[in-house]
Amino acid sequence: MAAVQRPSMDDVLPRVGREAALAGLVTLALTATMVGLHTVPGAQSRLTLEFRFGDVLMAVVLVFFGRMALAFTREGFPAYGLGIGVLIVAGSLLYPGLPTVVEIMGVGAGAIVGINAVWRLARPMRPDRPPPKTSAQLMDDVAAWVQRQSVVIGVVGVAFAIALPFLFPDRSSIDLATLVMTYIMLGWGLNIVVGLAGLLDLGYVAFYAVGAYSYGLLAQYFDFSFWLCLPLAGLLAAFAGLILGFPVLRLRGDYFAIVTLGFGEIIRVVLQNWSSFTGGPDGIASIPRPSFFGIAEFTSAPEADGLPSFHTLFGLEFTPLHRLIFLYYLILILALVVNAVSLRIRRLPLGRSWEALREDDVACQSLGINRRNIKLAAFTISAMFGGFAGSFFATRQGFISPESFTFIESAIVLAIVVLGGMGSQTGVVLAAILIIGMPELFRELEEYRMLIFGAAMVIIMVWRPRGLLAHRVPTVTLHGGRRKGGPSPGQRPEQVPAE
Amino acid sequence: MIDVQAPLLTVDHLTMRFGGLTAVDDVSFQAGATDITAVIGPNGAGKTTMFNCLTGFYKPTEGQLALSRNGATHYLERMEGHLIAAKAGVARTFQNIRLFANMSVLENLLVAQHNKLMKASGYSIAGLFGLPSYRRAEREGIELAKYWLDKVRLTERADWEAGNLPYGAQRRLEIARAMCTNPRLLCLDEPAAGLNPRETGELNELILSIRSDHEVGVLLIEHDMSVVMKISDHVIVLDYGRKIADGAPEAVRNDPAVIRAYLGEEEDDALPPDVAADLARDAAQPRDPGA
Repeated sequence: MAAVQRPSMDDVLPRVGREAALAGLVTLALTATMVGLHTVPGAQSRLTLEFRFGDVLMAVVLVFFGRMALAFTREGFPAYGLGIGVLIVAGSLLYPGLPTVVEIMGVGAGAIVGINAVWRLARPMRPDRPPPKTSAQLMDDVAAWVQRQSVVIGVVGVAFAIALPFLFPDRSSIDLATLVMTYIMLGWGLNIVVGLAGLLDLGYVAFYAVGAYSYGLLAQYFDFSFWLCLPLAGLLAAFAGLILGFPVLRLRGDYFAIVTLGFGEIIRVVLQNWSSFTGGPDGIASIPRPSFFGIAEFTSAPEADGLPSFHTLFGLEFTPLHRLIFLYYLILILALVVNAVSLRIRRLPLGRSWEALREDDVACQSLGINRRNIKLAAFTISAMFGGFAGSFFATRQGFISPESFTFIESAIVLAIVVLGGMGSQTGVVLAAILIIGMPELFRELEEYRMLIFGAAMVIIMVWRPRGLLAHRVPTVTLHGGRRKGGPSPGQRPEQVPAE
Repeated sequence: MIDVQAPLLTVDHLTMRFGGLTAVDDVSFQAGATDITAVIGPNGAGKTTMFNCLTGFYKPTEGQLALSRNGATHYLERMEGHLIAAKAGVARTFQNIRLFANMSVLENLLVAQHNKLMKASGYSIAGLFGLPSYRRAEREGIELAKYWLDKVRLTERADWEAGNLPYGAQRRLEIARAMCTNPRLLCLDEPAAGLNPRETGELNELILSIRSDHEVGVLLIEHDMSVVMKISDHVIVLDYGRKIADGAPEAVRNDPAVIRAYLGEEEDDALPPDVAADLARDAAQPRDPGA
């Protein structure tokens, strides 16, 4: 076996030093003013500058050594990388008087470069060995595995979701689970338009708002019950989707995205300014809570509005948790219905034509597919699911106002779909838990969590631009899905058409 | 101009202008019911523009495009793009292949049967509940797809992603996909581009068998003369948007206007020797007996 050509230290050292110094310089440039200068209210309500060059120095030192460790590891000296990583960790822990945040960041950074070096030490590069799988390829395999095991994962996931209120029977857990489940439902609804049909809809919140206000207004003006309003809200949202769809669907790509963004805002602005009808910025308060399928009410009194209360009907002790658990199961069922319908439609001609539209809409027209109709179908069905979720939101909160339907909501739902992997139902669940659940869980970290959230989004978009669990399984197979050696998408051969 | 008996397609005074540029200039021709009609011409002659007018991607500036199918006449220039494929039965392939790359080969062929299957699925309502009528229709759809997979020798790779197929197989799949729409007129835009000679030979056989086994007229844009001369019944030559020749392959090959369009305004004896030899050899070659 040929000896591995190892670069000499003399070659590597200047290169590594240069790289680390450059990274340190960039850090200095970035942090000198942003971190180094801090305005504080001084005497006579005047702002005074406070200098924090110690913090700048710490950042520069941390980046310098971290970069150096990574560079050493990359150039074939993982032992040096590991050493520096250990030094960074030890330094952060032992150096007296470091702020906690710096300490956490130092330990985290040191651990990452150390693990990176250990990884390389454990799997040295040898010419006779196939190159190790990159993390992106590994994730491809994970995504493929998740798709293959989707039935098992689905059953386990649903079983866990059903058991959840009994595993964590406290108010905050159930509230969080309900919130996550609402976003899962919205994500699944939007996935039809964005993931399957490939239309970038930035105004999905409009249909959420239409659903919520449908219930709120119908309950306010006509005293309709939730169970009557739920289908009506879906219908009205679907109708809104149809009306908005007609003018919008002629557009493509970015133009489409911008116009949907505009429509989302128009709905919100109308709700905000039509005070006589919608209550304007004050919103609609005291929206009735849902009854137990019209059989029982969730009240502490044994009887209300001619209906028995839930706990007397079932002979239980009264607790306000009953309603919360009921709401949780309600959104769980709604979400599962959305999921079942999407999975089913995907295997129908309609769903197939959506995916074909995403792949190539010119080819779709040449095959006699009426693009406008199938786009409208996608838009309408997805809007209907948004409307269901909206009326659920209204009944859960008991209060709605235009504040709840800003662009950021659309952006979050879209982020869930894109992050999870376009068209992947399991991906939406994972992404909703990550995006909604994590920030809620880490509330103690205050504003840092948004920073971490942003960083995580950037990392994932660089590392897996098609989404965490992006892996498409055919809707129908001839040979039972065996690929018979078909290359995986990452290794598609270059197609060079000869002219 | 050849007068075709019972023409499938009659193009009358077709003109397509883009601003000041006249891409197709007053072109008229007819294509026979089950003929293979080749449209040839140098680059930029307006062949693909004409195809785009025929298949509804452009609205022609002037002219009439009449296609007769089952006794009815469809005027393509007045129809919406997708109806040209759905109602008039004009299917096409693209010069730069346009498959649904991330969908499987079989799915590509099922998307082509969209209108039929959509109706069978009760516009998705019957399909959502899995009614037997839809299941039967889907099975039939898969059978049709299987027939075409067999025909283009892709049965083994039916579950591959279409984008992973080798180039030649993608060309064949695109033709199979167009045929799954059950067309009356099949428009092939440079089907032999990028194929090696063996694949080109197979393509010729495929086109001939499509024409003989199914009631389909074929309109073909092609630069590869081994395809044009071997299989076509009728050749139309465009140059700078104008039709300069129209007739049987032999007649067109010897047409001085065509030679001039391809080789420039030079004296005959100034032809490069290899080109002259090529032309002579082509002329001596007997036509494919199947054509």
